Amino acid sequence: MTTKSFTKDALIKAADGLRKSYRVFVPVKVGKFHEFKLFEDGDKPDFEYRKTRKSPKGLIFPQSERMLEYSIDEHKPDHHIMKESPKDYSPQVVFGIRPYDAMSFKVMDVNFDTEDYKDPWWIKRYAATTLVGICRNDLDSKMFATENFSGPYDIRGLDVALYDLGDKYIAKSLTEKGEKALAAMGGNDVSAAELAAIEKLTPDTNAPQAAPTDKIKEKVVNDLFDSTMWEDIANGCINCGACTFLCPTCWCFDIQDEIHKREGDRLRIWDSCMFPLYTLHASGHNPRGKKVQRVRNRFMHKIKYYLDKYEKGIMCVGCGRCVEACPVNIDIRRVCELMNNFTK
Amino acid sequence: MIDKSMNPFLPYPVKIDEIITETGDHSLKTFKLVFLNKEDEEKFTFIPGQFCELSIPGKGEIPIGIASSPTEKGYLLFTVQKMGVVSGYLHSMKPGDIMGVRGPLGNWYPWDKMEGKNIVIIGGGCAFSTLRSSIVYIRAPENRKKFKQVTAVYGARCLDLLLYCDKLDEWKAGDDIDMHVTVDAIKDEETWRPEWHCNVGFVPSIVKEKVTSPADSIVIICGPPAMLKFTMPVLKDVGFTPEQIYLSLENRMKCGIGMCGRCNVGGKLVCKDGPVFSLAELGELPNET
Ligand SMILES: Cc1cc2nc3c(=O)[nH]c(=O)nc-3n(C[C@H](O)[C@H](O)[C@H](O)COP(=O)(O)OP(=O)(O)OC[C@H]3O[C@@H](n4cnc5c(N)ncnc54)[C@H](O)[C@@H]3O)c2cc1C
Ligand code: SF4
Ligand code: SF4
Ligand code: FES
Repeated sequence: MTTKSFTKDALIKAADGLRKSYRVFVPVKVGKFHEFKLFEDGDKPDFEYRKTRKSPKGLIFPQSERMLEYSIDEHKPDHHIMKESPKDYSPQVVFGIRPYDAMSFKVMDVNFDTEDYKDPWWIKRYAATTLVGICRNDLDSKMFATENFSGPYDIRGLDVALYDLGDKYIAKSLTEKGEKALAAMGGNDVSAAELAAIEKLTPDTNAPQAAPTDKIKEKVVNDLFDSTMWEDIANGCINCGACTFLCPTCWCFDIQDEIHKREGDRLRIWDSCMFPLYTLHASGHNPRGKKVQRVRNRFMHKIKYYLDKYEKGIMCVGCGRCVEACPVNIDIRRVCELMNNFTK
Repeated sequence: MIDKSMNPFLPYPVKIDEIITETGDHSLKTFKLVFLNKEDEEKFTFIPGQFCELSIPGKGEIPIGIASSPTEKGYLLFTVQKMGVVSGYLHSMKPGDIMGVRGPLGNWYPWDKMEGKNIVIIGGGCAFSTLRSSIVYIRAPENRKKFKQVTAVYGARCLDLLLYCDKLDEWKAGDDIDMHVTVDAIKDEETWRPEWHCNVGFVPSIVKEKVTSPADSIVIICGPPAMLKFTMPVLKDVGFTPEQIYLSLENRMKCGIGMCGRCNVGGKLVCKDGPVFSLAELGELPNET
């Protein structure tokens, strides 16, 4: 473990310096919102941001990604034979990620890196990614704590933690990848006083409160499923999918083929369980044709099935994006509470 | 399962060797596929009940049960009903065309539990493919002695819609399984093979007649919802418990390997934890099929 100190200006220079050996993604303000973008000449990273509107999950699990390619031109010797699309797995740094977003990759990893099947793209890109994250007491009121994110100083998902001490950041490497990145970042030696200061950092009164989920494990799946609360919860939902789209821990995807002239790609594209097409059979039958069935599935997956299957808490890092974005104020914290207090 | 060292999204290239139109209305065709690479064929080992994603470049993929048996070497059979985009396109393809196969995927019928027992196989309509695989597998000389009495009931709406007619003849003629074929009705214009011995009646009533004891038996059953709905009470009356009855689910699928999320019933993913479930297991899952 190494520690280094950076003034706020020096941190921007350090991120810039990393571009020599990494593709570096930084938060920048575009219009009203922040988003991660590849750090290019002239960009102004803003490390004082609170939350990006869209989560950075796309940096490891792109919204649309070419998986395979092929030709349907019968004059070509290997026509109709699928091959992996070539990809760039050169090392990348997500510089300035927030700890909850960093944790979301751990939450999703269990889906893509399994005992039986390995998603090569996810695994290679996650391995090539170093997460340098900012720990600061500035979490907002829509956020909450879960087993997978306890508060602003929860560094479990990070490779390097950057502790904000007001006028400077103290960087601490947490993994081998982090060690390497920090070595390339430079920085000043850390004084004993600075070390003591980061030890003393504790979540302030704005820190997110936990959504109650402690009793959900003991509930019977079918009891929760059959409960009448879902009608009430789903009532206003317009199936816009904003919640799942912005969520850093939603991983559902679709697979589609596209042909340009005689050359084809097989793509994977984010999908949403809130859309009826997601489960529609060719026969016309749809096991989740009604919105209440879809809303129920979203929450049951996140709060019950995931918890039971992996025993790693709920499938949520409490970022609050779905709470903010939902046009009809469907609030996952309330759903946690209803499920936690549910009795048959 | 797909070889663990492989990219599970990458299909094996195969060639369509033969296309058999199974039904008079041309809605079901069986595709005989051969691997382009010998090594792929060797890697591809499966167990009856599993399925594959048939992969058509430019069109997409569809999950289809493997209709051939592991004892039939050198090719794979899939029987596909013409439904939408991908299955419709597949029906327009020709022998010699190149496509892909991804798999084998999913679990299989409970062969370890079936050993040493009586086997009852019930199929209806076009959902007979993995049951074909199972019957061929059971009848193979090296396997038949592992099972006691084998009874199969298979039905279609009319003679014209029966699948695998050559095999049905062979199975009926043999004395190693007790094969009952039935059609809902024989249409006036159906003069096809008048010598054909076939029951007339719905699958549930034939099951009632032919399957009289649950003792030491396992049932594997696949068919359209109506057939399942009316056959289950018959099995229950005979005395079968939910632990003895296995069926195969068909949910919409994409990845087939438990990652894309859509095929779940409660916390189970049909593509990976299924498609085969016992009735007892299904009873514990939320009612959302
Ligand atoms: C485990 C399993 C085994 C199956 N075995 C057979 C079989 O042996 N023979 C057979 O004819 N059919 C079988 N089916 C059903 C078959 O997969 C669908 O009829 C087929 O996917 C329809 O695709 P389409 O492109 O023609 O329809 P479209 O409606 O155009 O569908 C577009 C896409 O949706 C998906 N999709 C649509 N309906 C279904 C469905 N019911 N199940 C799964 N995915 C769907 C597919 O990914 C398809 O590519 C099986 C399904 C499953 C899950
Ligand atoms: S708060 Fe909402 S958007 Fe954020 S991780 Fe949880 S479910 Fe996803
Ligand atoms: S954001 Fe709200 S309205 Fe939109 S799909 Fe999600 S729960 Fe429904
Ligand atoms: S088909 Fe993708 S999870 Fe089952």
